[in-house]
Amino acid sequence: MMKNIIKKYKFDFSIIAAFTVFVCFSFYFHYEPGIDIFKDDFWAFIKEMILALPVMFILVGLFDVWVSKEKVQKYVGKASGVKGVLLVMMLAFLQAGPLYAAFPVAYILWKKGTSPTNIFIYLGATSIVKIPMLSFEIGFLGIRFSLIRIFLSIPVFILVGIIMGRYFKHNNLEVKDGR
Amino acid sequence: MFLKMIGIIILTIILTIISFIFNRKKTLKGIRKGIMMFVKILPTLLSVIIIVSIVLYFVSDKILMQYFGNKAGLMAYVSAALIGAISIIPGFIAYPLSGILISKGISYAVIAVFITALKMVGILTIPLEAKYFGLKTAIIRNLLAFVGALIVGSLMAFIYEMI
Repeated sequence: MMKNIIKKYKFDFSIIAAFTVFVCFSFYFHYEPGIDIFKDDFWAFIKEMILALPVMFILVGLFDVWVSKEKVQKYVGKASGVKGVLLVMMLAFLQAGPLYAAFPVAYILWKKGTSPTNIFIYLGATSIVKIPMLSFEIGFLGIRFSLIRIFLSIPVFILVGIIMGRYFKHNNLEVKDGR
Repeated sequence: MFLKMIGIIILTIILTIISFIFNRKKTLKGIRKGIMMFVKILPTLLSVIIIVSIVLYFVSDKILMQYFGNKAGLMAYVSAALIGAISIIPGFIAYPLSGILISKGISYAVIAVFITALKMVGILTIPLEAKYFGLKTAIIRNLLAFVGALIVGSLMAFIYEMI
């Protein structure tokens, strides 16, 4: 297990080790640039995050155990109209992880009969708002930033979804299983 | 910065207490899950902060402003959108990084373009997206998302200038 951890973080650990040596060296020999990098940049950044980050992760963990995506996914299926759009958006907001993690979910939705437009709205929505990630965004950029960004983005990705849905239907395309 | 953090910390404490009252076991599981996630990203986060610290030492605030500051105009947005579109950075690293850049004087609007492009556009993952939707669809969607990110960013610039 220890071996796996070292292997996984090989790149990170080498950077951290090299930096530690560099900083010790800088302080010992009073090498100004090294001391500046540590004090003005590195330490200033760490100070701001070290308390807040674990707290944000606890929030993410709590969210994870209380809200189940599976339940929402069950309702999405063929739901259409405003209700369908709202449901795919809700499912999208609950999702964590990068955009490419949403592709397999898009395939499942397609299998369940979700319309192309709603699938593309889902892709847009999942990239715009992830509730588990909101605490990070609000923490580092402020709630005003989050709210403005989200409200501006919603009409944009709905429009993209409608255009993509039209294109998809017009050309009789299908969502494949990714293999 | 500090005030925003205090809000999140208080919110977390309140929610944890509520969650604890309703279900002790679930709460402990959630907290453990969150801490595990934090520990897992810690090495990556540290090395990213190290690299950013070193890069920002060599790239003076002046150069940074020249390319991403208010006076850079449209180019700042296009570069931010391009960087966001190409890179694959998870949110828990992108947000602290954005916080650093804001503290260096880069505008919220430029950061908004970067974040939106980062999330909606994935140039490097187009081959993967193509496996699900076909290459042409993947390219069109990414192009539209790129334009969308620029629109959101410019509107945000407009709003931030008003307030």
